[in-house]
Amino acid sequence: MSVFIATSRRRLVTNVLIKSLLLAGVIAALLPLVLVIGYVFAKGLPAFSADFFLTDPTGAFFGDQGGIRSAIIGTFAIVGLASLIAIPTGIALAVYLNEIGKKSKLASGIRYGVDILTGVPSIVFGLFIYSVLVIGDFMTGFAAWKGSLALALLMLPVVIRAGEVSLAMVPTTLREAALALGAPRWRVILFVVLPSAVSGLVTGSLLAIARTAGETAPLLFTVLGAQALTMSFVEPMNSLPLQIFNDIRQPNPDLVTRAWGAALTLILLILVTTLIARFAARRNRI
Amino acid sequence: MTTTIAKKGMNLTVKNIQAFYGESKAVKGVSIDFPANKITALIGPSGCGKSTLVRCLNRMHEEGSSASVRGKVLLNEENIYGADVDPVSVRRTIGMVFQKPNPFPTMSILDNVLAGPRLSGDRAHATRKHAEQALRDVGLWAEVKHKLNRPAADLSGGQQQRLCIARAIALEPEVLLMDEPCSALDPISTQRIEELVLRLKKRFTIVMVTHNLQQAQRVADRTAFMLDGELIEVAATSNLFNKPKDSRTKKYVTGQFG
Ligand SMILES: Nc1ncnc2c1ncn2[C@@H]1O[C@H](COP(=O)(O)OP(=O)(O)O)[C@@H](O)[C@H]1O
Ligand SMILES: [Mg+2]
Repeated sequence: MSVFIATSRRRLVTNVLIKSLLLAGVIAALLPLVLVIGYVFAKGLPAFSADFFLTDPTGAFFGDQGGIRSAIIGTFAIVGLASLIAIPTGIALAVYLNEIGKKSKLASGIRYGVDILTGVPSIVFGLFIYSVLVIGDFMTGFAAWKGSLALALLMLPVVIRAGEVSLAMVPTTLREAALALGAPRWRVILFVVLPSAVSGLVTGSLLAIARTAGETAPLLFTVLGAQALTMSFVEPMNSLPLQIFNDIRQPNPDLVTRAWGAALTLILLILVTTLIARFAARRNRI
Repeated sequence: MTTTIAKKGMNLTVKNIQAFYGESKAVKGVSIDFPANKITALIGPSGCGKSTLVRCLNRMHEEGSSASVRGKVLLNEENIYGADVDPVSVRRTIGMVFQKPNPFPTMSILDNVLAGPRLSGDRAHATRKHAEQALRDVGLWAEVKHKLNRPAADLSGGQQQRLCIARAIALEPEVLLMDEPCSALDPISTQRIEELVLRLKKRFTIVMVTHNLQQAQRVADRTAFMLDGELIEVAATSNLFNKPKDSRTKKYVTGQFG
């Protein structure tokens, strides 16, 4: 009699069955992604040309309609200012939560607030800024910085959460080593904890940027949109999501193509940001 | 190789120290003298409170959440738990080396040695010359002088631990606390650390926790035996091992429990 038992038929069948189910699941998950990206490429690529990137939209319905330069630069400007607001604030709050406040009442209050903020739909941030700063009692009018503020509110919880996680990954032994050298707590944080967490902080911040760069709703009520290139944050500004939103609704195939071109540009920008984030995450792991 | 200048160390006197983690008492009223320029070994079964006691000696214990300390620790008559004493200045004067080598991974070898002076805002000692001296003192200079700007993680475990000792002595403390500094190291590295500690006692008062009884006998002038948060016995090392007064000490040093 053999020591081993022959593989049962039933197990072979189950094995094949489960494997095919898993494969079907993977396909079901990837197919929409491939379809969407493929579709945007197919629709948007014909719009690409030097002029497309180097000229501003003219606003004309017929004739020379222009490119999307002001939208690209506007997106960089609006998202850039939002990042300048949200990333330092978010990291500071993460430092407070993980290094200073820890289990305090204030810290759990902030954590609760962050949880709520995470679940707020982006359009609500837009409406909030709209009612307070665009048609409010103290301030009126559309302006790029108000859109940045709305995006910053959207980014903040992402930065805080990611920051808290990467700070928590810094081993306690390093903090102790620094404290035992007679370092005041703020120096421990600044020169030991933050540098050790830097790759996680960069990754979290970039993912927050990537997440918000395509947001349209918070910009609609705050930045309004524009055709010409402007560097003034107190005026309405163009941006890629707004350009797409406006162009895609036009009964003119050229403008619709421009919308797809802008969409492809946006996807590529976000893709690059995400790739940089992944790269940053892989480097300097402790 | 070393150009150690003999310096008179300071006495560290512990008076009825009690250390708590929340409600539970890990050190239950220990009084002990750590004489200047002597190596005192702390031995005892694991969990008896050796690390906790040592962390009370440079006010590190209170950094833990809900940890608290009662009692006095006098450094040359001055209570480090005095009302107006800044714990930060205590830690500058009473250095510490940990069980697991813990160089800063984001810093180079050189920056690690200078981390103490820099982190404590002591610009005068944050010089390359000073770092070189500290590295020579721990016998690491020849091994690292050509790669001072490499990350500290490039070094072996034993070298990292000597780097951590260099980092601690670069602050020119009076006392050096070492919590099982060799327990993560191989025998050769352990031997080098032991030789180093013997040299360093000319300059510092040294307290060394060890679970290795042979090590205590090799390096320590005095040995203290702890059990269950209490100090059972402290004596000259040979006396403690050969003529223990307490039956529990005898049981422990003859390997009957622990
Ligand atoms: N962070 C902590 N929180 C709560 N209890 C602790 C903590 N660290 C140590 N203890 C307890 O305190 C006692 C002494 O521990 P420790 O000083 O680490 O012993 P040793 O260094 O002699 O092995 C043990 O009972 C241990 O369980
Ligand atoms: Mg211990």
